[in-house]
Amino acid sequence: MEGSRELLRSALNGDKRALGRLLTILESSPKKAGEVITYTLDKEPDAHVIGVTGIPGSGKSTLISKLITQYKEDNHKIAVIAIDPTSPLSRGALLGDRIRMQEHATDPSVFIRSVPTRGVKGGLSFSGVAMIEVFDYVGYDKVIVESIGVGQTDIDIMNIAHTILVVTTPGLGDDIQALKAGIMEIGDIYVLNKSDKEGAEKTYSYLEFALESYELGVKRGWTPKLIKTSALFGWGIDQLVDLIEEHYKYVLESGLYNEKIGRRRMLMLKLLSEKIFMSLLEEYFNKGIDRDILRKYDLYNASIHLIREIVEKLIKYGG
Amino acid sequence: MGGTSDILELARDIRNMRIKVLVAKLGLDGHDRGAKVVARALKDAGMEVIYTGIRQTPEQVVETAIQEDVDVIGVSILSGAHIPLMKRLMNLLKEKRVDYIPVFLGGSIPIPDIEALHKMGVDKVFLPGTSLKEVIKYTVEAAKRKRGYREWRDLGNY
Ligand SMILES: Nc1nc2c(ncn2[C@@H]2O[C@H](COP(=O)(O)OP(=O)(O)OP(=O)(O)O)[C@@H](O)[C@H]2O)c(=O)[nH]1
Ligand SMILES: [Mg+2]
Repeated sequence: MEGSRELLRSALNGDKRALGRLLTILESSPKKAGEVITYTLDKEPDAHVIGVTGIPGSGKSTLISKLITQYKEDNHKIAVIAIDPTSPLSRGALLGDRIRMQEHATDPSVFIRSVPTRGVKGGLSFSGVAMIEVFDYVGYDKVIVESIGVGQTDIDIMNIAHTILVVTTPGLGDDIQALKAGIMEIGDIYVLNKSDKEGAEKTYSYLEFALESYELGVKRGWTPKLIKTSALFGWGIDQLVDLIEEHYKYVLESGLYNEKIGRRRMLMLKLLSEKIFMSLLEEYFNKGIDRDILRKYDLYNASIHLIREIVEKLIKYGG
Repeated sequence: MGGTSDILELARDIRNMRIKVLVAKLGLDGHDRGAKVVARALKDAGMEVIYTGIRQTPEQVVETAIQEDVDVIGVSILSGAHIPLMKRLMNLLKEKRVDYIPVFLGGSIPIPDIEALHKMGVDKVFLPGTSLKEVIKYTVEAAKRKRGYREWRDLGNY
């Protein structure tokens, strides 16, 4: 469609308003989103995607703000996708990550977008992933994704981010279970933030031990790193950026870069299929469903019947 | 007037439209209780609310509105500097060609200033004591109006 192509062209020329609109299209119309993404696939991706996850309140947003400052100095263009949870009851969301990054709001080389999870199980929605493609296409070379740091999101983030930071804080040092609880196994770099606080040394030692004893897992050719920071006081940020860049070098040399792009695109396909199917399913239950269906079929066959009807409708009307 | 059907209709509109609102605290004062109450009420009503914290400049507010592509901007000013701040904000919206985004203002605004604010293009002024329901209702109407604008549609409506 004409509209989205022009928007892409304007966005490519640095028009932030057009870029903002494009991202909304990704969020709201699967069909137009598909067109937008198809255009972007013309170009070989070359952005570095950095995933930031970890426990709520550990300072992820504050840390990202510091990373932005550093990357700006090195003349990068930085995009942030800040994911926050949608309340399942009201379906509203309070998107607060931005508060910590507002000093960059007016910077021409920075674009920050808040993304509500909108009921997507894992938190990482189709639009969240699709936004990476668009940011890459229009020239942002560092794309930072802040995840909500729970459950499935982190599996997904692993599939899309080239470099994964897991942020933790002092005070959890004694709770081995908390550190081992799944979430901690995916990091390329473990960041002990708030190291200005009491107990930092103790937590650091524990994490160091866990890393040395390979409890946090070595991924082919890269040994996970550990670093202490204070996003509040700006400690350790230079070193963190150095580590991120060291990891990126490994990503490029090992061929992991393209592997992740492949996985990202498969995930995008899966999430869009899911989104289209789920919205049709919901529509059915809101109005279209035959109330007597359970008299006609047993439960399993009623489900199959419903799925077939949805798919047939989709093929007939194109969604 | 009012009543359950009214509220249900409002809730349905909010749900279908996925309304996105920026709530911003302009100026140097640090009292953000009012802004936070409004942000939470809009969220609880089912909207997606960006809250940017205290001490924002008009430049920051406009840039945020552009990047987040919001439907409505809600501003809270308690410092007494509402006239110059809003003038700057409204001018910037025009300059950046996003003056199709409706702006509402809340705070202790002297009644004689209201007309001047409307003249600048401020869509709505809420005085202290306004009910949250009123703010929610207005926000939905404003969002509907915004999505009807031609210029906004030319930018890729959905
Ligand atoms: N003492 C100390 N406080 C910090 C540090 N980094 C962040 N904080 C504070 O921790 C709180 C949470 O920071 P955020 O950056 O919002 O944390 P987050 O992980 O993004 O939080 P969510 O997105 O809500 O999960 C804020 O009050 C920050 O000021 C730090 O290094 N030291
Ligand atoms: Mg955050």
